[in-house]
Amino acid sequence: MTSALMKTVFAALAKRALQALIVAVVVGIVSFAMMQALPGDAAYRIAAGRYGYDMMDAAAADAVRLELGLDQPAILQLWIWLKALAQFDLGTSLVYGTPVIDEISTQLGYSLLLAGGAIVASLLIALPVGIAAGLNPNGIVDRVTFGLSVLFRAIPAFALGIVLVLIFAVQLGLFPVAGFHGPENLVLPSLTLGLGLAAVSNRVLRDSVVDAMRADWRLFSRTKGLSARLTLTRHVLRNAALPVVAYIGVQLAYLIEGVVIVETVFAWPGIGHALVHAIFGRDIAMVQGTALTLGLLYVALNLCVDLACRGIDPRGRLA
Amino acid sequence: MLKPFAAVCLAATFATTAAMAEPKTSVTVAAPWEIASYDPTVAGFVIQALQVMENLVDADETGALRPALATKWDMSDDGLTWTFTLRDGVTFHDGSAFNAQAAASALNRAWKQPGVLQKAPITAIKADAGKIIITVSESFTALPSLMAHATTIIPAPSAFDAEGTPSALIGTGPFSVSAFTPPQSISLARNEAYWGENATLETATYLAAGRAETRALLAESGDADVVFTLDPSGFSHLQHVDSIETAAVAIPRVVVLKVNAGHAFFDDARARKALSLAIPREGIAKAITRFPDSAATQLFPPVLHDWHSQDLAPLKTVLEQAKALLADLGWAMGEDGILMRDGERFSIQLRTFPDRPELPLIAAALQDTWRELGIEVDVSVSNYSEIPAGHKDGSLHVALFARNYGLTPDPIGTILQDFGPNGGDWGAMGWTNDEAAKALQVIASTADPDLRQESIAKVAGILYQDLPVIPVAWYQHTVSINKDLGGVIIDPLQRSYGLSTMFWNE
Repeated sequence: MTSALMKTVFAALAKRALQALIVAVVVGIVSFAMMQALPGDAAYRIAAGRYGYDMMDAAAADAVRLELGLDQPAILQLWIWLKALAQFDLGTSLVYGTPVIDEISTQLGYSLLLAGGAIVASLLIALPVGIAAGLNPNGIVDRVTFGLSVLFRAIPAFALGIVLVLIFAVQLGLFPVAGFHGPENLVLPSLTLGLGLAAVSNRVLRDSVVDAMRADWRLFSRTKGLSARLTLTRHVLRNAALPVVAYIGVQLAYLIEGVVIVETVFAWPGIGHALVHAIFGRDIAMVQGTALTLGLLYVALNLCVDLACRGIDPRGRLA
Repeated sequence: MLKPFAAVCLAATFATTAAMAEPKTSVTVAAPWEIASYDPTVAGFVIQALQVMENLVDADETGALRPALATKWDMSDDGLTWTFTLRDGVTFHDGSAFNAQAAASALNRAWKQPGVLQKAPITAIKADAGKIIITVSESFTALPSLMAHATTIIPAPSAFDAEGTPSALIGTGPFSVSAFTPPQSISLARNEAYWGENATLETATYLAAGRAETRALLAESGDADVVFTLDPSGFSHLQHVDSIETAAVAIPRVVVLKVNAGHAFFDDARARKALSLAIPREGIAKAITRFPDSAATQLFPPVLHDWHSQDLAPLKTVLEQAKALLADLGWAMGEDGILMRDGERFSIQLRTFPDRPELPLIAAALQDTWRELGIEVDVSVSNYSEIPAGHKDGSLHVALFARNYGLTPDPIGTILQDFGPNGGDWGAMGWTNDEAAKALQVIASTADPDLRQESIAKVAGILYQDLPVIPVAWYQHTVSINKDLGGVIIDPLQRSYGLSTMFWNE
């Protein structure tokens, strides 16, 4: 049994490692090509990002072009980046002059913290709500939570964040508005993202609980004499968990997109915020570095989801 | 478990009482400017404003120069050599001594980067036993003023790595950096070995919050004690919050319209005047910037005492007059309501950018009003670098942006760049006025105050008549301050957040 489990784990790891390699090369090339395709002169944009509109002028742009070798053919610039990447060197930020790896390592930590907080918040909300709604489909809890789910999924993360700050920080004074001095700073941004995630995942959980409750095997477990509570905890929840965990993997895309906005609203020094700034500033090295990191993160988190699903569902292990 | 919970409840209920019982020693400042670099040429304005690094020369809130790391400065009789005598006994935050070598290498580095020093006729910057000697190719009296600019702050030699890349924030100022989380936050601690008077505050935190909504909420909740640059709605809301005071200080930043005077539509001053007559300045000031006093009556705001002229009549909005001027220039209304001349439609592009949220709104107001004259305007909201790019390749028609004439305490450096021969990226385009150019040279080089003032009046008059750039609105610097915080000085030149003079009232 254990060796079978190990085998599937290794298979998953190998598959994801190959994916990671492909993602790295593709993301690097695509983000480079997209940056090249943007209209406007990169030297002007980089000079603008560096010096601000009070100091930026054509002379500054020319100095930047010379310093960064932007007049070299694009294919040569890409080749230099790929060569450096093979040596695990992401280069230096074209705007700030600091190593990309330094910036990303600080910001990634903060973003992961926020993403983790958001997933925890979403599970804390979605699990009780989804189970309660699923156990009594079309009941009052189900109807009310359906309405709330639609509402919270429809509100943009930006607006939701401001509303939460108004209630919990300004009116009640329970949490700080923005910044990152301690764990209390994590609550509101996590909740903002978590509510958006839970709005969908509680419905997924509700549906799978409904399905599980109607399944033949549930009837069988009741017939063989298990109590309703034991049937729920031993069989229903385990079966219902599978689509929910798989769905968290799908939601990572929403999370990465939401992080960009929420980080800006809460002045959180994360990677999504950095990516947006890098795109505006035409900081190609930073864009490639952050896109690469986000791509690899996506692969890594999906691997975690895979492994969790294998842990929950014994069927795959026999294969 | 109970303890932190109880503390939270207590803090929430008795926030004010708790603050009174124990005097605070720390301040949190929030502003929109992110800081992600150790390089003075990139992040100097925040490093300087937080008083981490200092200049050879400082300026007070009226723009008057005063000694900082240099105790005095002299110009040679021929005007070609400047000597800055450096302060003795100053140490950097790492304990190393501040000396002429450190200052010379920092200034030489700044001189090689794009920045104010490159615009001055400097030929050399040298260290000489407790002095900095700067030679210039022609007399340039504003040089000390450049030594007060954010890009000429002096970092310690240890703030650079082996390749000479800036890698730390080490200066001589009243505050040293205790933690730096780019791009959002800097924590500061009082420099106990400061050469001047020690600050009262023990620590301070700078938080960059890009969104105006976030900054207003930080002010309202009390999370930030001083908040800079509020949007109009946030500012008016905070005026009704009891625990804070709001202030609006006029600053030498001006919303201007750059006009391509080399373009066939605008090569006559009457055409530029027509555009100016059709700018609803009072409406913009009332509805968009929301400070009625901010309607620009001339280019230079009153805060630039020497340059603002009482003699110039305020610029007016008279659409009929504008229409008459355009008719004089041969424009006639076409069938679709757009002016035509020699088979050409009066259709132009206006470039602006969203970094200052009021700019696209003002652009929309102009588009609307000019349409009444029969001018079709395509508003292009893009990156601000499109403006210098359009200046260079000549494709620009008109551009709307905010220009800071107070980059250095003496604005001549900026004005020379903008209105000298051939104009400048953020100034005149396709416009040269010999008389103005000559007067600007006099202002830059003379040591005679009367001659200087006379020449300034001449330049201001020419810019008013000829309108190579058209003034729209003057800026107000908006700030919210915790009512218990004392000693707050709002610097109109925005060179300092004034942390070193702040204190908490008992």
